Amino acid sequence: MTETAVAVAQTTAAPVLTPRREIWLSLRANKGAMAALSLIVLLILCAIFAPLIAPQDPIAQDPINRVLMPPAWDDGGSWAFPLGTDGLGRDMLSRIIYGSRYSLMIGAIVVTLSLAIGVLLGLASGFYRGTVDTLIMRLMDIILALPSLLLAIVIVVLLGAGLRNAMIAVAITNIPHYARLTRAAVLNELTKDYVVASRVSGAGTLRLMFKTVLPNCLAPLIVQSTLGISSAVLDAAALGFLNLGAQPPTPEWGTMLADARQYIERAYWTVTFPGLAILVTVLAFNLLGDGLRDALDPKLKR
Amino acid sequence: MIRFVIQRVLLIIPTFLGAALLTFVLIHAIPGDPIQMMLGEKVIDPARKAAMLAQYGLDQPLWMQFLQYIWHVVQGDFGKSIVTKNPVLDDFFSLFPATIELAVCAMVFAIAVAIPAGVLAAEKRGSIYDHALMGAALTGYSMPIFWWGLLLILLFSVQLGWTPVSGRIDLDYYFDDGTNFMLWDSLMSDQDGAFISAVSHLILPAIVLGTIPLAVIARMTRSAMLEVLGEDYVRTAKAKGLSRFRVVGIHALRNALIPVVTVIGLQVGTLMGGAILTENIFSWPGVGSWLVNSIYQRDYPSVQGGVLLIATFVILINLSVDLVYGVLNPRIRGRR
Repeated sequence: MTETAVAVAQTTAAPVLTPRREIWLSLRANKGAMAALSLIVLLILCAIFAPLIAPQDPIAQDPINRVLMPPAWDDGGSWAFPLGTDGLGRDMLSRIIYGSRYSLMIGAIVVTLSLAIGVLLGLASGFYRGTVDTLIMRLMDIILALPSLLLAIVIVVLLGAGLRNAMIAVAITNIPHYARLTRAAVLNELTKDYVVASRVSGAGTLRLMFKTVLPNCLAPLIVQSTLGISSAVLDAAALGFLNLGAQPPTPEWGTMLADARQYIERAYWTVTFPGLAILVTVLAFNLLGDGLRDALDPKLKR
Repeated sequence: MIRFVIQRVLLIIPTFLGAALLTFVLIHAIPGDPIQMMLGEKVIDPARKAAMLAQYGLDQPLWMQFLQYIWHVVQGDFGKSIVTKNPVLDDFFSLFPATIELAVCAMVFAIAVAIPAGVLAAEKRGSIYDHALMGAALTGYSMPIFWWGLLLILLFSVQLGWTPVSGRIDLDYYFDDGTNFMLWDSLMSDQDGAFISAVSHLILPAIVLGTIPLAVIARMTRSAMLEVLGEDYVRTAKAKGLSRFRVVGIHALRNALIPVVTVIGLQVGTLMGGAILTENIFSWPGVGSWLVNSIYQRDYPSVQGGVLLIATFVILINLSVDLVYGVLNPRIRGRR
């Protein structure tokens, strides 16, 4: 299938089809992934321009005049507060818009942390083998043997509740995925001729690791990182929901849900919208991750 | 075969020690003086404090304390809860059946829905059914289950009033010396409506906890079926004129089940993690909500013991999945 696509593309549009362009073309043909990508771009714009878009101040309370105001389309609602207000009279829509900042930041920081540490461990494991390999991989097995949410809770209890510690905890639970992927890719690459050639021409271990081998291991890591953002957003929201993550009055979606639970019987909007925001965000990153996997790994293509 | 079993059993020892070390570090890294924590706000004279430190072995070097901890744990001594004053092990096992009951029902629900859904999606590949089912599976896979639980409560308990919001059974029912598995106890008792009450309490939590495994199993069933449906023996079976049900349901599904069973085994960890959230939402009196409450109450011996017990349980389940697998599939035994 790829070959015919290449042939067609070569005769019609692009005279040179670089690997990057081929991946982009394949991704562009995937409607789900493109919808997800547009949604993610929209989310990023929301996060950047939150102060301009949000109709109200996300933490301004008014416990007297507008407690649990329903959404605009319900009786008693107002377009000044389109999705209603929470138990302290804060505007739901503004809080959700500001919440996108936290979720995207959590996703980015957690993935960067676990990717960086995981890749270093995986490279060390793959290159040095022997005791180093055994030690690192056993440690990764231990982390993987524990349910990730349980481990994250333990680490948060150890470090103290809060957004920063929740991100560290989630990052630690994600390290093994990257370490294992990197190690497997490294072991696969090390047998290839170009690595041997590079080694013979005198490249040092560090150069081999980062300049020669690592760029060729990127495909699975890119897919895992995209999927990793969604699990990071989900886990951090779960910690927020258990009051172990971001603390009030931070408009983080999970924390908002924890606060909304007490109003579930009389104010459905306080419960519905923050969770919908989490679901849509996580879904978008999962869809994009699936699309990237199909685009980057032709073997798995449908 | 014996070598395979011994090898696998030995492999879990470092994992268990790692989990123990983690919980040990947990209790020791928490700021505060353990003796003071036991006493509360009281003043204590230094000599008495030194005696207490010696009594609990807290004057020993850390590595000695770790060895002692392991020694106690191996003998089943997980310390005493600060709140209830009971041994942690007793508290844990009085609540564990509730978690097991919930997890088993969630898994049964997930498997019962996921396998037919995955088979249908593969069989009608590319059709609207396939897209709808896989879209639903991806949504389920992306679901924040704590929100999903609240939504179901909102719909079925608050709006429709069909199911209760929390607990395991109505307070009217009480079983003297039950097994603590509510479905079984209520079925065995002669109290009218007890079983119905237990089921109506269980249904929403089981759906919530089963959602992510359901999505994972459905996706795996679909891709395993797709692989198998292209095989020669499936074509042969079709050519022989066997009914579609026989070809798909018997010939293909049976061979597609191997990766599906693996994935089911791997979901046990997810279930235990999910139980922490699900039990919290539905006030389900299992080990998950107990653990979270222990954290809120700063009952560190319970947190420490609970985490280690849950971890041990997951490790043992994974070990048994591994062993069953080795029995079923001889090729795995030789692999290292």
